[in-house]
This record gives sequence, C-alpha cells and structure tokens, in this order.
Amino acid sequence: MSTVSLAQFHQVFFEESLEGLDAMEAALLALDQGGDAELVHLIFRAAHSIKGGAATFGFPDMAAFTHEAESLLDELRDGRRATDGAIVELLLRTVDCLRGMFDRAQTGQPLANAQSDELRQQLAATVGRSVVAPAGKTIDKSTAQSGWVIQFQPHPGMLAGGNDPLRLLRELAELGQLTVEAQLDRLPALDALDPSECHLGWRIELIGAATREAIVAVFEWVEGECDLSIEPLAQVATAQPSNIVEAVAAPAVQNVAAKAVAGSNDAGSVRVGIDKIDGLIDLVGELVITQAMLDQFREEFDPSRIALLQHGLAQLARHTRTLQESVMGIRMLPIGSVFNRFPRLVRDLTQKLGKLVKLEMIGEHTELDKTVLEKIGDPLVHLVRNAIDHGLEMPEKRRAAGKNETGTLRLEAFHRGGSIVVEIVDDGAGLNRDAIVAKALQKGLIQSADGLSDETVNELIFQPGFSTAATTTDLSGRGVGMDVVRRNVTDLGGSVAIKSRPGAGTTFTITLPLTLAIIDGLSAAVGEECYIVPLVSIVESVQLRADAVRSVVGGGELFRFRDEYLPIVRLHEQFGCPGAKQQIEDGLVIVVEADTGRVGLFIDGLIGQQQAVVKSLEANYRRVEGISGATILADGSVALIIDVAGLVRMQSRRKAA
Amino acid sequence: MAKILAVDDSASMRGMVAFTLRSAGYEVSEAENGQLALDAARGARFDLVLADVNMPVMDGLSMVRELRVLPEYKGVPILMLTTESNTEKKMEGKAAGATGWLVKPFDPEQLLATVRRVLG
Repeated sequence: MSTVSLAQFHQVFFEESLEGLDAMEAALLALDQGGDAELVHLIFRAAHSIKGGAATFGFPDMAAFTHEAESLLDELRDGRRATDGAIVELLLRTVDCLRGMFDRAQTGQPLANAQSDELRQQLAATVGRSVVAPAGKTIDKSTAQSGWVIQFQPHPGMLAGGNDPLRLLRELAELGQLTVEAQLDRLPALDALDPSECHLGWRIELIGAATREAIVAVFEWVEGECDLSIEPLAQVATAQPSNIVEAVAAPAVQNVAAKAVAGSNDAGSVRVGIDKIDGLIDLVGELVITQAMLDQFREEFDPSRIALLQHGLAQLARHTRTLQESVMGIRMLPIGSVFNRFPRLVRDLTQKLGKLVKLEMIGEHTELDKTVLEKIGDPLVHLVRNAIDHGLEMPEKRRAAGKNETGTLRLEAFHRGGSIVVEIVDDGAGLNRDAIVAKALQKGLIQSADGLSDETVNELIFQPGFSTAATTTDLSGRGVGMDVVRRNVTDLGGSVAIKSRPGAGTTFTITLPLTLAIIDGLSAAVGEECYIVPLVSIVESVQLRADAVRSVVGGGELFRFRDEYLPIVRLHEQFGCPGAKQQIEDGLVIVVEADTGRVGLFIDGLIGQQQAVVKSLEANYRRVEGISGATILADGSVALIIDVAGLVRMQSRRKAA
Repeated sequence: MAKILAVDDSASMRGMVAFTLRSAGYEVSEAENGQLALDAARGARFDLVLADVNMPVMDGLSMVRELRVLPEYKGVPILMLTTESNTEKKMEGKAAGATGWLVKPFDPEQLLATVRRVLG
C-alpha cells in the first residue's frame, strides 16, 4: 500500500549515527577522566538511537550488537554497575566495532564478522548473559472461537489519556461482526455529569474467527484504565492450546538495501551551519528585490532614469558576487572535526606505551576548506603518533630530567598572514642529532655531518625512506615516513617546518594556504583604498596626539604603547595610497601583533568589521610584500588583506639596516 | 487533514515518520526534543503527537506530563515511539499520560496503520 522506501533514510541514519559514535567516544573519554552521570545518559541515548535506527532501517545484526551494549549501558545508567577502566575500554571497542559496521553497511557488505561476534559475546558476558543464536520462539496460541462476548467498562479517566472508545470499537469491528450494546447504568444525572469523563460501558458480541490475543491486543493501550472481560460466546470450548514454533530468520533484505545506498554515497555531503544558509536566503531575497527593480525598466524606459538603471545593475553584480562567495563559504568547515579524533588516539597510544600525556587543543573553530580538511587528517595523525612514540619520554625519564612526569602535546590551529597554521608541539626530548646523523650516513643521505647546521640535520627526517626508530613500532611505523607527510602537505600547497630543542621538545608547523579561507577582519580606510586587517592580529586601536610620536634617526617613527615603544607603519606610505590623511592626530593607529613583535598601523579610520573570503593575490597578480591576499568587498571593489607578520618582519629588517 | 507532531532526536527516524505521514496526506510538524515539542504544541493545536522516549534536553515522558497539563491537550492522543517492549516501560508511559505506544522497529505501513486507527 505505502510505497515509502526506507533506503532513502539510510544516509541520514549513517551520518547521525557516526556523529553519535563520535559523541559516545568523546563522552567515554571524559568518563574515563571521572565525568558525571549525564555523560552516561548521553552515551546511552546515542547507543539507543543507533539500535532503534538499525532495527527500523533493516540492519538487524547491528541492532542485535548494539542491544548488548545498551544493556550494559542501562546497568551503568541505573547505577547497578560502576564505571571502571575496563568498561570504558570495552565500550570504546564497541564504538570502533560499530564504526566498522557502518563502513560495511555503506558498501553493502555483511555487517557482522568474527570480531563483532566476539565483542558481542563479551558484552553479553559482562552483563551476565550469553547470546544464543535466535533459533525460534515458542508462541502459545489458542485456536479460534466462533465468537466472544466482551464486557468493556472504561474508567471515568480513560478519555483524558487520549483513548477513544470509538476507536476500540472500530478495531474490534475489523476482527469480525459486532453487536454492540451500550450500558447506561453508570450515567449520572445531567447536573452531575462531567463531559470530559467516560460514563458509558459496552457489551459487545463478536462473531468471527478472532483469537483472544487479537482482542486483548485491541485493548492493549487501555489496560488498567478499564474493566474488561472476554468470554467465549459458545460455552463449548473448542480451544486446544498448541505450541507453534515460529522461525525468526533474519531477512536478507539488509544487503540489498545497503547496496542501494552505496552508490549514492560517493558524492559526499557537507553539513552547513544555519547562519550560512540564512545568509544565502537573505542574499537570494536581495536578488529578487534587485530583479524586481530592474524589471520596471522593461515596461517604461526613460533616459532620465539611466542612473537608477546603473545603480540596479551594480547592485545585481554585487549580490551575484556575494552569493558566489557565500556558496564557496559553505565548503569551509572547522578543523575541530579533525582534532576530535585525537583524544582517543592519544589515550590509546599512551596506554599502550605506558606514557603520560596531556593533550591540549586550541583553535578548533578555525575554518578550513573541506578538501584541505579531508586531506590534512592523515598527516596530523602521523605527526601526533610520532610525537607520542618518539618525542615524549617515559615518565621515569622525564622525572630524571627534572620535567613533569606528564608530557604535554599541543595541537593548535590559527590564522597567520595568508595562511592557516597548524602546530603540533610536544615538550619531549627533542630531535636527537646524533641518531639522525648516524642514520643519514647509513642510508647514504649525507657523506659527513661536518658543518651541517642543526636545522639542516633536522630537515633530513623528511628524506624518503628515513626512520630513526631502531625497530618501527606498530604505532608510528606503518610504512609511512615523514617524507609522505611533507608530500601530502605540499600537495595541498602548504609546507611543514620543524623546530626542535634538545630536552625541551619539538614543534612541527604546518602552514596551509588560505586560498579559500574566510577570515574575520576590520576594514580600514587609507586614502581611497580599503585594507582588511585580520581581527586575530589586532590588539587595540588608539588615537595619538602628534606629540606622542617620536621620530628616530633613519626616518622611522615610534610611539609609546603601554610599556614599550612600537614603530608606526604608515600604510599610505607603505602601499602608496594617494589622498590619505597625513597628520597622526587626524587618523587612527591600530596596534597589531605577530609572533615576532608588534607594530602600529596608521590608517585614516575604521570602516567596520567583516568576513573576507580570501583570494590569492599571487594567482591573480603577483606576490606583494606585506599583503597576504585580496578580497572583494560588498560594493564590488577589491580590498587587500594586510599580512601582519610580513609587515612586522619588514619593520624589523628596516630597524636592523 | 489531521495535524501531527513528530518528536524524535534522531533525524533519520523523525524523517521517516514525517515522510511517511506526509505521503499519506497528513500535515506534520517536527521537533527534536521534548522541550521544542512543547513549544510547538503551545503554538498550534495538533490532533496527534508521536514522541520518542529517550531524548536530550527533555525526554518523552516529561514531555507527555507537561502536555497533559495543558487544557487543549487533555484528550489528544499521544503515542510513545519506544524500543522498550517490556511492560514496565510501557506502563511508565501510560502513567505519564500517553495514550499508547508504537514499538520500534516499525515500518511505514505499521506506522500508518496505527495512525489511521487512532485518528479514525
């Protein structure tokens, strides 16, 4: 009758379930650190949803597997069992196993395998049950009667629960031929009658081959809300209880359905924040208005209104461009989705190796293009594995070196200049120069280490085939070297740099291009031009009096900001903008900061804050020092984006000169 | 046509319920937890509410209790969509004021049959 295909909901089910598994994993890790009961509820809900969805959408193996995990979670939730490390471990493995099942579901393979069966047994054993193969169940069925007499007397409050006696009578009518007699003996006098209560009762004769179970099922929802008796119509009972074994076989539908989805899965999908969608809808609204405005000219065109036409066309162009950029912005996703996998990875690695590591993650909201995001995961995983495997020392060794037993691993993402930077910082032993040199000599990468700087030696680890660990562990080994990491990043148009101090740790800096990235910036007026200053670099804006600025030998200017003297960079001089304000007291100084220092940028004034979709200046023009890229403003004009680090660098060079 | 409120935190389940009912011509509103369902119910009169039990923010049972306090929802059928097939859990739903339940997993046909029965 209904033609609703369940396959169309598979993709949503997969996506929400994988998200649920991520949430489960994060909650389990937090629980391991001594989290509260709400975490258990969250984990339970996630498992419960997956079980319900799996059963509904035709994945019985997954439903059965999740059911065992849910039983265990139920015990945790009710406080019948305390959470300990072993339970968390077991549940984390359950999460992994379910991820595997979802992978297989998307490619149409059988969901259960030896590993999932074993884990399922283990879960069941933990809750004190063993899983038996579903052989069949015994159903007790009494044979049909020729008819029944049903005495049905609702309690007065039954109506309030939403159960309508009429529905029950209608359902009974589907079972056979009904003769219904209303009983009015409980009907009160009119002045005592509460119309929201049920005062009627019914005597019902049902002629037909219905079973008692079928009749009981009709009244299932009103059990306890009515008086009910069901008697055979003919006093001669022909009933003979018999045992019928119904085979409960898992349908083979599952694979077919999964395959149907597998095909549509390749395209991938992006989850987009409501605000971005709302922005798009607003824009389309603007376009419609502009279009209506231009439409007037089709009817009556008067040359005197040419200015209006031009205005309308300009507006159309502006909206179209903004729309284009907003659609591109949809591809931007926070790096947090990649960072999310690291708490689990770090936990597993440290447990295996017996190390103590604190993981810090900063800048999870930094947005990256989806393509870059998808490809940066593996290199990051490799660097994190390396840091824990080779970089951070065992607790005893750290203690002996006078360091905190617990090592720190920091992952940080941020905007810098025209790039997005991801840093992996550990406070471990640092790179071992001697070991690298020995290995490089052995591999014939160098002839001699004499005269090689530490930086040059460090760079050797990026050479193909290089590996310093005497035996590659199963952790960071895997046949992938640092050369692959560097190549992956280079393929994305980025670079990897390394900084290491013996005994103090190692920092890997991945710099990724910002070609598509969005930055928050302040737009600043300089003469007739507009420049975008990245918001992250801005410390403060100040208005200076002329006497607050000191000229120094060589032509530079300094001003006092808090306890330091900062150089002033006049943007109009730097970039040659005509018509800009010359007097320091007429304009504004924005104090900006890069990791190498601070400067004050002298501008005419601030226009406002805005998000800028960064376009590469190199690709469209050429590289300009002090500029990290360009963006197109809402009015269609181009604004250049200030490379704060570049300007600071130029400033310090000038000082040195 | 009757107006139905579908409440479930799982987008796939909610989508399935809503799609099935809309295909059958019902007007369906969706809410992803009990609190949002209450907000929706206060603003509109629904003829039937279908609600999941386990949800974040506000679970299904609390939602039913709150709904039943509202005079306009006194006799409106509310069905719990529940994976709990044991009687105890069903009775918890009844005690909270639910009309009945639909045990998960159910397929679109079962859902429609139940909804048609309740709405007549």
